[in-house]
Amino acid sequence: MARAKSKTEEYEDIPGTFVFNAERSRQGYGINMFCMSLMKDENRKAFKANEAGYLKKFNLTPEQTDAVLKRDYNLMLELGGNIYFTAKLGATDGHSFRHLAAEMTGATQDDYAKMMLEGGRSVEGNRSKSGKYDKPAKNAAAKPKAKAAAKSPKTSKSSSKRK
Amino acid sequence: MAKIIAGFASSHVPAIGAAIDNKQTHDPYWQRVFSGFEKAKKWIADARPDVVIAVYNDHASAFSVELIPTFAIGCAAEFQPADEGWGPRPVPVVMGHPQLASHIATSAILDGFDLTIANKMEVDHGLTVPLNLAFGSPSAWPCPVIPIAVNVVQYPPPTGKRCFDLGRAIRKAVASYPEDLRIVVFGTGGMSHQISGPRAGLINSKFDKAFLDRLTRDPKGLAAMPHIEYMREAGAEGIELVMWHVMRGALDDKVKEVYRFYTVPASNTAVGNIILENVAKPAKKAAAKKSPPKKAKSLRKAA
Repeated sequence: MARAKSKTEEYEDIPGTFVFNAERSRQGYGINMFCMSLMKDENRKAFKANEAGYLKKFNLTPEQTDAVLKRDYNLMLELGGNIYFTAKLGATDGHSFRHLAAEMTGATQDDYAKMMLEGGRSVEGNRSKSGKYDKPAKNAAAKPKAKAAAKSPKTSKSSSKRK
Repeated sequence: MAKIIAGFASSHVPAIGAAIDNKQTHDPYWQRVFSGFEKAKKWIADARPDVVIAVYNDHASAFSVELIPTFAIGCAAEFQPADEGWGPRPVPVVMGHPQLASHIATSAILDGFDLTIANKMEVDHGLTVPLNLAFGSPSAWPCPVIPIAVNVVQYPPPTGKRCFDLGRAIRKAVASYPEDLRIVVFGTGGMSHQISGPRAGLINSKFDKAFLDRLTRDPKGLAAMPHIEYMREAGAEGIELVMWHVMRGALDDKVKEVYRFYTVPASNTAVGNIILENVAKPAKKAAAKKSPPKKAKSLRKAA
C-alpha cells in the first residue's frame, strides 16, 4: 500500500498531467463509456441532436455532465476521463488531437502550433511540481549533462481554459 | 523454420493517418515526415517479410474501460479498421496469420506469458499508421499481420522489462514454428509526446535520441527504466515507448542499426523510426521481386 501511495505521489508531482490510474478509471467509467459510444455514427448523431438527454444514459455526476457539455477537456480528465476516450468527443465535434491539446494548454491554436513547430514544450522546468525531480534521473534515456535552453514553462496552473 | 529477421519501430501518430487519408502527404509540413520514411519503405520492400508481428496499443477502439488486457494477441483471420470517431480509416482490412498467432500464444503461455487471445478485434491507427509508413497505401497489405495489443491506457502498463521478456518469448515461439517464414517485428508508438492536460505539447529530443542509441547497444539497461521516467521526461503518452522493448526483445542481443529517422513534430508528437537487423543472418535482398515467396525462401535456404 505504501508503495502504491508513493507511485501516486510521484504521478501527482508531474505538472499539468492527470495520470489515468485505477481510481480515475473507476471515477470516469461513465464519461469513458459515453465517449466509446461515439464510435458509432448513429450515436454521434443522437448525441449532437440532444446532448444533455443523450448523456443521461451514462450515469455521470452533475459535474461530469457539465464538463462534457462545456467541453472542458481538462476537467473531464480530472474527473476520470481518459484522453484516448475524450478524443472521440473531440472527433465528433470535428476536432483533432492537436486542437484538443492546444485547448488543454490554454494556448491559442496558432500559438500552440507555433510552439510545436519550434520543437514543442521543453521538459526543462516541466518535470516536477515539487522541484524534487528537476534534473533527469540517472536511469533516464537522456544523459544527465543534457541541458537545453530552458523555455519558461507555459504550463497553466488553472484547471482549464475554454475557447 | 520461421525466423525473425529484423525489428522496425515507428511512431503511430493519428495525424499521419489523417494526412494520408486526406491526401496531404505532399504538403511541406507532412513532406518532412513522409520523406523520412522513404528509405524504410525501400528497406522493407527489399526485405519482403512473410509475416509482420505488430506490437501496438489500442486507443479505446477494440477495448474500452470494460476490458483492459495487458497483452492481447490477435489470432483472427482478419482485423477490421475501427471507427475512431471519424469513420473507419480507408485502409485495407488487416489479414492475420491465425496458425502462427496461435502457435505464439501457446508457446508464450506455456513459457509464463498469459496472453489474452483475441479472435475478434478491430484495429485502430496504432496499427494501421505504421503499416502505411512501412508499406505506403496499397490496395491490400503485402503480408499477413499478427497484432499484439499492449495496454498503455490505464496505469500501470506492463514494465519495460516485461515487454522485453515478451519479445524473448515471441522469439522462442517463432523459432519452433515449422514453416519457413521470414518475420519482421514492429514496435510502435512514441516517441516523446503528451496530448493530455496543461503540459500537452511536451517534446524531449535528447531523451528520444538517447533512447534510440541505447535500444541498439544497451537494450536490457534501457528496458529497466521505470514508468515514471518516461512520463516525466517523455510526456504522459511517451509511455508508449515501452512497446519498443517487445520488438527489441524479439531480436538477437547483437543487432545492426540499418536506418534511423527522427523529426519533430507531427501534430503533437516527436516521430522516430529505427530498423534493427539481426547481425548473424541479415535480411538478404530478394533476388527477384516477382517470384513467389516460396521460391525466394528456398533460394535463400540453399544459399
